[in-house]
Amino acid sequence: MPYFGSEETVKDLKRALSNPNVQADRLRYRNYITRVIRSMTQGLDVSSLFMEMVKASATVDIVQKKLVYLYMVTYAGHKPDLALLAINTLRKDCADPNPMVRGLALRNMCNLRMPGITEYIQQPILSGLRDKASYVRRVAVLGCAKMHSLQPNTEIDPSVVNELYALLRDPDPVVMVNCLRALEEILRDEGGVVINKPIAHHLLNRLKDLDSWAQSEVLRLLLRYCPRSDDELFDILSLLDGFLSSAHAPVMAATLRLFLHLAAAHPAVQADALSRARGPLLAVCGSASRELRFAGLSHVQQVLRSQPAQYCSHYKRFFCSYSEPGYIRLRKMEILVELVNDENVVLILEELKSYCTDVSTDLAQAAIAAIGRIGRTYTEKCLDILTGLLALKQEHITSAVVQTFRDLVWFCPQSTGPVCKAVEGCDETPQDDEGKQALLWLLGAHGELISSAPYLLEGFIDGLKVEISSAVKMELLTSTLKLFLSRPAETQDMLGRLLHYCIEDEADMNVRDRAGLYYRLLQSGPDRTRQILLGPNSDPSMTVLTGRPEEPVSVWASSFNTLGSLCGTGAGPENLPAEDSAHQVHAAEEAELGFGPAEQNLNTEPEEPLSDAAAAELDLTAGPPISHEAFERLWLDLQVVHQQVLEVRRPPEPPETLQAAFLLVKIQTLAFSRADAALWKAYVYSRAGGTLLLAELLQGAPEEPESEGMLLVSIKQQPENQSAVRNFISVLKRVLQTLSSNTS
Amino acid sequence: MWFQIKIKSSLCPVYPGDHLIYKDYRGEADKDAVSIFYEMVTALSGDQPPVVMSHKDLNFIHVRQGGLYWVASTKTDASPFTIIEFLNRLAALTKDYCGSLCEKSVRMNFALIYELLDEMVDYGYIQTTSTDILKNFIQTEAVTSKPFSLFDLSNVGLFGAETQQSKVAPSAAATRPIMSHRSEQGGKNEIFVDVVERISVVIGSNGVLMKADVEGEIRVKCYLPTCSEMRIGLNEEFSIGKSQLRGYGMAVRVDECSFHQAVKLDEFDTYRILKVCPSQGEQTLMQYQLSDELPCAPPFRLFPTVEKDYGNRLLIFLKLRCDLPPKSTALNVSVTVPVPKSSLSLSQELSSPDQTADLQLKNKAILWSIPRFPGGAQLSALFKVEVPGLSSASLLEVGPVSMSFELPKHTCTGLQIRFLRLSPTHPGLSQRWVRYVTHSDSYTIRI
Repeated sequence: MPYFGSEETVKDLKRALSNPNVQADRLRYRNYITRVIRSMTQGLDVSSLFMEMVKASATVDIVQKKLVYLYMVTYAGHKPDLALLAINTLRKDCADPNPMVRGLALRNMCNLRMPGITEYIQQPILSGLRDKASYVRRVAVLGCAKMHSLQPNTEIDPSVVNELYALLRDPDPVVMVNCLRALEEILRDEGGVVINKPIAHHLLNRLKDLDSWAQSEVLRLLLRYCPRSDDELFDILSLLDGFLSSAHAPVMAATLRLFLHLAAAHPAVQADALSRARGPLLAVCGSASRELRFAGLSHVQQVLRSQPAQYCSHYKRFFCSYSEPGYIRLRKMEILVELVNDENVVLILEELKSYCTDVSTDLAQAAIAAIGRIGRTYTEKCLDILTGLLALKQEHITSAVVQTFRDLVWFCPQSTGPVCKAVEGCDETPQDDEGKQALLWLLGAHGELISSAPYLLEGFIDGLKVEISSAVKMELLTSTLKLFLSRPAETQDMLGRLLHYCIEDEADMNVRDRAGLYYRLLQSGPDRTRQILLGPNSDPSMTVLTGRPEEPVSVWASSFNTLGSLCGTGAGPENLPAEDSAHQVHAAEEAELGFGPAEQNLNTEPEEPLSDAAAAELDLTAGPPISHEAFERLWLDLQVVHQQVLEVRRPPEPPETLQAAFLLVKIQTLAFSRADAALWKAYVYSRAGGTLLLAELLQGAPEEPESEGMLLVSIKQQPENQSAVRNFISVLKRVLQTLSSNTS
Repeated sequence: MWFQIKIKSSLCPVYPGDHLIYKDYRGEADKDAVSIFYEMVTALSGDQPPVVMSHKDLNFIHVRQGGLYWVASTKTDASPFTIIEFLNRLAALTKDYCGSLCEKSVRMNFALIYELLDEMVDYGYIQTTSTDILKNFIQTEAVTSKPFSLFDLSNVGLFGAETQQSKVAPSAAATRPIMSHRSEQGGKNEIFVDVVERISVVIGSNGVLMKADVEGEIRVKCYLPTCSEMRIGLNEEFSIGKSQLRGYGMAVRVDECSFHQAVKLDEFDTYRILKVCPSQGEQTLMQYQLSDELPCAPPFRLFPTVEKDYGNRLLIFLKLRCDLPPKSTALNVSVTVPVPKSSLSLSQELSSPDQTADLQLKNKAILWSIPRFPGGAQLSALFKVEVPGLSSASLLEVGPVSMSFELPKHTCTGLQIRFLRLSPTHPGLSQRWVRYVTHSDSYTIRI
């Protein structure tokens, strides 16, 4: 921010600095130099004072020296010729008897970023490496890295590298860590500093002498080391054990990451480390610094991906405080949703409910969405709360509730009845695009249950001219057509008006095309239309289990304690539920209509772990979850490779238990029918040795009367691998037998 | 480039719109990095932007302290904990050296802060943040601004007589720079030990305590020029964890407890004594947490009545009781009551003239502030809010009530410092102060 009349200021300063009277008075001289630095920080160009400042550097006053050096470092790049004049003073200072002066001069000399400086700094750096003061050695070591960065394309000097490796044994801990840092920079092209066994052990033994910053940095470097044997591994881990409960968050996080990395082959050790770090991590989440709190919460979210149960009993720690900023409260709500279980659901819902009336619209809507997410498991309780919120008659709340309703209906078909009743009782319509679309979708999909549906739609059609969003118009077209199929008499007239308007007067091409398509569709007859348009709104025979499967620690361990985990990129799979289901709804519809490319869903299909196939391990492995659409498509595409009657009955456990039991043996569950269904079905899948196994469990199949309640399993596979199938069946049978024997 | 802490490129506390300090350690960032950051911060919705932002390959991490943004930028994927903790430490050191943390003190002491930055970080790598080491290198003296305050006068007794008040440390005593060689306060060898607790409580609508957490710490602020060993004795019945119980009376219990690495704990297990050689400046010796269980009743209970009056008026009657022991007093109590969005105006009846209440239209809440609230007392207030179109559903919008307050000379866990000894006895006058305070982190009462 240049000052008004900045040239005058520079001239004044110049005059003052060259005034011999000022130069004689130490305090006045320093005062003027301070003013130069202040102007520099404020963005004023004071480079023209360089000559005067170089003169000022020849002083015994250390404060003045420091200020002048700061100036020189900033402007050396602009005035390389003048900066050379300062080198003499600097070199003289490098030989000063006071180590502080030596260090200061050397550091600033290395900081002068200008061409040709290397020839002057090389000698002082090399003698600095052997200085008897550790302060100078610290500076000299980093000076090597600076020198290398000034001439990046030259060859690495092996003697410097050797000297740095030797200095790893320096008695001063900061010198040692600086050596690691310098080597890391100099050897970047070769993959950084080599951590072999002697160095790793040396670092581990010195760890206690370091300050916490250096500790966390060394712990991070140690990630590169692989212990040779299990004995060595456990020796290292027990050495690091104390650091796990460090009060210093960076050390704790770095240690935990190293634990997770080193113990990758020992899940029990990993789990133990996570539970031991729980206390410190929770303490970070309650830290006085908001930023640290946020970092703690983001990391708790990562841990929850593998071990949701660990924090369930601590849910109260994640209740929001009214003084917290929005970004922390949003994170806390996301975590609360993950922590819900039978015991705490009532209290968590009550807490979330109190956030719904928050002043901030974003927070209120997020709280409502969170309740909706919990509603997928605890439908009734959540529906009561959501319906109650509609009575507030506030636009943003109504909109969020309607969106949540739409998602709930999609995931839990049993909630359709109450939702429709609630929508009918609500006389406020949402005003934003998202809310409107959600309401329209509900009206179209379940119009037969909402008696006022045609009137609501009519309201939208009347307001069509002022509607701006084309997405809303498209949704309106679809839902009016769907409602026409279920209630033709009331809707026929308005559908006609709508199609007429959209085809004749609409400017948006997409809407026009869609209207034209529907028009032609109607010409082919109502049955045909029904067949094409009415896809499943959700599969009514299935109870979808939406509990997210636990991911292995390795999925997120590599991003633990990195910036990525705070940006939210690390915690990938938690996309917004609303978007998620909207996408599914849309995709299903597109596919039904026949113009959406069926491959659209392929991205959700798991990538086959072909590289693992070489290992020929036929053990079942868990992988990324498969979406319902992807599963359905695969199921329809593939042939049954194996079918047999398992000699077990269906275990009477609730689906949650079954799912958990399957998950233990790495069988993932897609869906179960309701327990009381006459024809009970379950769809499960798993992976083994590079193939994907899909299986259907069936009880009471009419075409197999002789099975007498025994389970019939049909397996489809891609690509085929008979031994994997045999393995899968034996595992499946074992689980079912265990479950049945437990209960009988 | 992989790991390592690199507070690379630039490190600058910036005040909105103007940057005060800027230090480029690696010569990699453009000079406009600051303005990029400023644009990103201002473009965010709400006044509280997320902690990490990135622009191309440059990541900005910032914390807010003392109304200033403290920003570090790095090009590597560094450890967020390290950078955030470092920035916090930088702010704490600035406070130690300059006395207080605000735009003015940073402006006045920028040369000192540049000197600090130069010694703390080299080429983007943290060298040291310990006051003991740094004090050898820092040569600039802090400039303090001492505003005239009536409080200083109140310390002077009538006709110079020793009053009770002069035995109490003035609240500004701990906000002066640690290194003042020549200033008049320089001679004072003082040490402050503060027990600071933050309490967060949720009380359900039926008056049941639903959540109660206490986070506490023992902080030492030391102005002694040379270090000598200090022994701090805690209550002997202090116990950690659920199983361990000591003493016979009311146990002072915490769930978890962690110590600064400099604290020696050899006498802790038996005698509950912490031994430490404090370095100059402020440091946290011990942190502890207690969750779900308070040894005493929560400090405040609220008995609300919310009614719909005839017409468009909402009546909120609040009875607030302070359950502290009669000797203690709560200060700066403020009660926030959310009201329906369409509220227009407020009329109130309060029990004493020093209390105030007003309707904050921006937050849609009533703010009732009580400067002093003695223990055992009960206060009541009646608020009449004009709400056009009041319906029975609007009543749902009232609540939950949140409170903030300060409880001086009180700890919720009951942690006390039995004694504070400096050994060997420090030559010259050394004054030792022990202070207790409980702050409300979050105190929510549902209606």
